[in-house]
Amino acid sequence: MAVFYILLIFIIIASLIAVETTDLLSAVICIGAMGFGVSLMFLFLRAPDIAITQIVVEVLGLIILIRATISRDLTFISGDKEFFATIVSVVIVFMIFLAGLKVFETLPDFGTPIFAEVPKAASQTYIEEGLARTGAANVVSSVILDYRAYDTLGEATVLFTSIIGATVILRRTAKRKTDTLQPASPS
Amino acid sequence: MKGMTIIVKTISSWVKVLIFIFGIYIILFGHLTPGGGFAGGVILASSYVLLMLAFGGDFVQKDLPLALDSKLDCLGAIMFVMIAILGSVFSGAFLANFLVDKYGAPLELLSAGTIPLSNIAIGLKVGASLFLVIFSLSICHKGAELDGE
Repeated sequence: MAVFYILLIFIIIASLIAVETTDLLSAVICIGAMGFGVSLMFLFLRAPDIAITQIVVEVLGLIILIRATISRDLTFISGDKEFFATIVSVVIVFMIFLAGLKVFETLPDFGTPIFAEVPKAASQTYIEEGLARTGAANVVSSVILDYRAYDTLGEATVLFTSIIGATVILRRTAKRKTDTLQPASPS
Repeated sequence: MKGMTIIVKTISSWVKVLIFIFGIYIILFGHLTPGGGFAGGVILASSYVLLMLAFGGDFVQKDLPLALDSKLDCLGAIMFVMIAILGSVFSGAFLANFLVDKYGAPLELLSAGTIPLSNIAIGLKVGASLFLVIFSLSICHKGAELDGE
């Protein structure tokens, strides 16, 4: 269990440096280190599906951020932070933390399933009947694509509409700016 | 957008094929091992991002034109909705697993009904969308740089 505390301190230090430093490239690299630490934390908490998704999405996000950073002329953050906005966000996060503490007191120990405390929890049906009724060995896949497939449809719709919106706006800007320099992309 | 030196180009053309096959493996075995459609789709997109960083935007524009990419994205979305509607037609409930126990046995590659088909649809959709956004962002950046801003 000591490795959890080491990873937690690493993540907190990386996020503090990312917020406080004035060099943009250092901030982006600290964000990358933070995402890597979170992925390791998921691996030690026995959730390999989330760990795989976290590491690949973090690497892709890091590539976008570094390309956006090194193509700017000015790579220093300047200006003061707003005092009132900082205080309000700290107070809100602290209140959510207190509410979370009350919830975590009612959960069972790490490693025992939740239907040890709540006998008719839905997870009991998933674990007992998942392989027999859906045929998938990976219970997470059977939950997100069979029992709760409607949520996956909603998530795919959100991704689809946001990508369409982003591509339409970005392509219109690109066409107007690079009209004379390269032929317009086929559409 | 320019590419990189010839050493980087040679190595990344081999590595891109390995990453692409690994992404297809994560999608296809999503119902047996951890992974699934979303993680595999992101890995497919990142293999094409590697190609774009090493060879430049023009080469990838010929390899995978943006029009084909949009059509692949829409194809993945339509496949997922068709699986949902066919579940309603054959089994009475929207998104029902209507192919369960019809082919294969549990713990094999061909099993679990509509779950591998949904994984393939979602993987195609997520991979095509993410590469579309990253490529559009890089075109916009090139335009901003060449315009002198």
